[in-house]
Amino acid sequence: MSALPGSPEAAATTGLNASPTAHVEDLPPLTAQHEAEARAVMARYPQPRSGLLPMLHLVQSVQGYVSPEGVGFCARLLGLTKAEVGAVATFYTMYKRHPAGRHLVSVCTNTLCGVLGGQRIYDAVSADLGVGHDQTAPDGSVTLEHAECLAACDYAPVVTVDYEFYDQQDVGSARELVAALRRGEKPRPTRGAPLTDFRGISRQLAGLSQFTDPGDERIAVDGPSAGEPTVIGVRLAAERGEAAPAMQQPPEPTPEPTDPVATSSGGTPAEQAGDATVAAADNPAERSGAEQNHPDAPEPAGREDAERGAEGTETPPAGPGGGTNSSIEREA
Amino acid sequence: MPLTPVLTQRFDAPRSWTLETYERLDGYRALRTALGMTPDELVGLVKDSGLRGRGGAGFPTGMKWSFIPQPEPGETPTGPAAAPKYLVVNADEGEPGTCKDVPLMMADPHSLVEGVIIAAYAIRSHFAVIYVRGEAVHAHRRLVAAVREAYAAGYLGTDVLGSGYDLELVVHAGAGAYICGEETALLDSLEGYRGQPRLKPPFPAVAGLYGAPTVINNVETLASVPYVVRGGAAWFKTMGPEKSPGPKIYSLSGRVVRPGQYEAPMGTTMRELLELAGGVRPGHELKFWTPGGSSTPYFTPEHLDVGLDFDSVAAAGSMLGTTALMVFDETDSIVEATLRFTEFYAHESCGKCTPCREGTYWLVQILARLVHGHGRAADLDLLTDTCDNILGRSFCALGDGATSCIASSLKYFRDDYVALLPADEQGRLGRSLRLEPVGAMS
Repeated sequence: MSALPGSPEAAATTGLNASPTAHVEDLPPLTAQHEAEARAVMARYPQPRSGLLPMLHLVQSVQGYVSPEGVGFCARLLGLTKAEVGAVATFYTMYKRHPAGRHLVSVCTNTLCGVLGGQRIYDAVSADLGVGHDQTAPDGSVTLEHAECLAACDYAPVVTVDYEFYDQQDVGSARELVAALRRGEKPRPTRGAPLTDFRGISRQLAGLSQFTDPGDERIAVDGPSAGEPTVIGVRLAAERGEAAPAMQQPPEPTPEPTDPVATSSGGTPAEQAGDATVAAADNPAERSGAEQNHPDAPEPAGREDAERGAEGTETPPAGPGGGTNSSIEREA
Repeated sequence: MPLTPVLTQRFDAPRSWTLETYERLDGYRALRTALGMTPDELVGLVKDSGLRGRGGAGFPTGMKWSFIPQPEPGETPTGPAAAPKYLVVNADEGEPGTCKDVPLMMADPHSLVEGVIIAAYAIRSHFAVIYVRGEAVHAHRRLVAAVREAYAAGYLGTDVLGSGYDLELVVHAGAGAYICGEETALLDSLEGYRGQPRLKPPFPAVAGLYGAPTVINNVETLASVPYVVRGGAAWFKTMGPEKSPGPKIYSLSGRVVRPGQYEAPMGTTMRELLELAGGVRPGHELKFWTPGGSSTPYFTPEHLDVGLDFDSVAAAGSMLGTTALMVFDETDSIVEATLRFTEFYAHESCGKCTPCREGTYWLVQILARLVHGHGRAADLDLLTDTCDNILGRSFCALGDGATSCIASSLKYFRDDYVALLPADEQGRLGRSLRLEPVGAMS
């Protein structure tokens, strides 16, 4: 991200060679296990460099920021220069250039949250902590930042802690939230998993589990996600008895003899028009259709035999798919 | 216009994010149907449905899929047709005001996964990526869990449901950069570079991820695909206008009584949606709103009856964008709102091209001095001139989008700008500069 000249962001060091060395000695090292994990991340992609962003999240999960050591770690594994890795790391706001606190508190101050109180929240929390944007409270408990739109405008104003949502905040609730974090408590988010910490969530972002116990993983996944604004439309529709038009009964995936040649005659314009007519009978019994097409029902044997799946085609198709049986065979 | 929950229909179901719930509520039925069709038939079906991209641009989805070069029958493929094909999901939701994809991925991640499998099959791709915004950790977590469940159930991996088709799907977290919502910047980011846009052409359909043919679709677009497959093109077109059909998630936020996600046919008006949301908060009145996020020109109360579909909104001078309907009332300063949006663009400008990098910086300076009461009479024209040097001259749509709120607020609310000028500067207005007398604008 380009920072405005003269802004605190611009004044910040790159973090690559000028990091606060006092902390560096305390950093947990990047171990052989992390290297193995990084290699597994790289192997997910057709080209290993695609693993760089997750690997930088992995570095943060160990050291709390993108340390010079972490830059070298990524560069070595990917065969890049440290400058190339640093150029990437400094582009993205989620990569921290100084060791982050135990928790990252992000207050949305973009326009919508801003007019609903986000700016006042940020100012109050900043005053309480005595720190500004991208700065960490002296006790190391919390790093504060003002965030751009967090895609939760229907829950505005929002604050996130380690990117979990605390919805519909006001100055009082946000101050109390931050005070609790500083006391070492972990208030439950409105939407999201029970808090771990910034390093833990960075591990998830690397695509790795932060839990050794699958039960904890499940609890995290099951954390609440849909408050009133998310479900308000669907509930109102139910209340008013409104719904999308019923789907027409889908054509049967009748298990036909799997003769690829025979199927080529299965989609004649006349037949398909016939299907369309049946479908157009507006049979609302979508559910019965659902039964007939239940996952337990015999599956179509393959792509070749089920050309008839072109349900809903309104006109006898001269269109795509018509007369392309040779291509069907080629695909198989 | 009635509410038509399709994409949102499972949002309120118990444990809606699990495979068990999804399958119970008709999930993965469309995939079975799709695997019984040829890829070409699927592309044809999606074309026939008229589904247009829900990420903002409204490009016809089936047509996008059909641009992927495929070998001609009987031909030994060469060039792009011989390369692997990729499907990339743009789940980097970050346009201010936009909050539809994150709730969808949290509440119903399998609908996206199913859409991804069908789309990948249609374009003959064997590797797909969901690039999800890094900050959206709960959506990321649910997607990772859903993908794991889908692999275990045989919907992903080798020989999907015994069809002989193979697909690998990776959930990839971004790292905080709005520009990565621009599709070519997203590709650079996904390749492990700074997320900066690429010159087009070549378009991603020919040279996308790793230089290979790539389709990039928005979350809501792909989540719509299973319903198109299951209901058919004719069903899909029963909702909304002929040229932008289908159901749409409208996200209302701001000064409304009941903000949230309302799914209704394309072409629903803001007047209807506001009524559903309980209207503007009591005792206040609508002043301005965005039809589709901060990059879409503001609308005013006079636009309440514009049908919110791609073509009608464009005809009325804005863009449908992401149907992020941010509502502001008479207590909100449009100039301050515009300043805040502009600060956002200045922060998020990737720095690649000069008009956007420098222009957004200067726009912030001018707007800030206006808001702080130090504006000059010439500033109104200076804003317009600066916008003119960004719009159409920037490398990608971020710069263009940055000018929307400024140009449209000057168009509809020039008086609000004038009112912020110091008295002596207001006195200069009539004499210099091609300005309308104060009060001439309605």
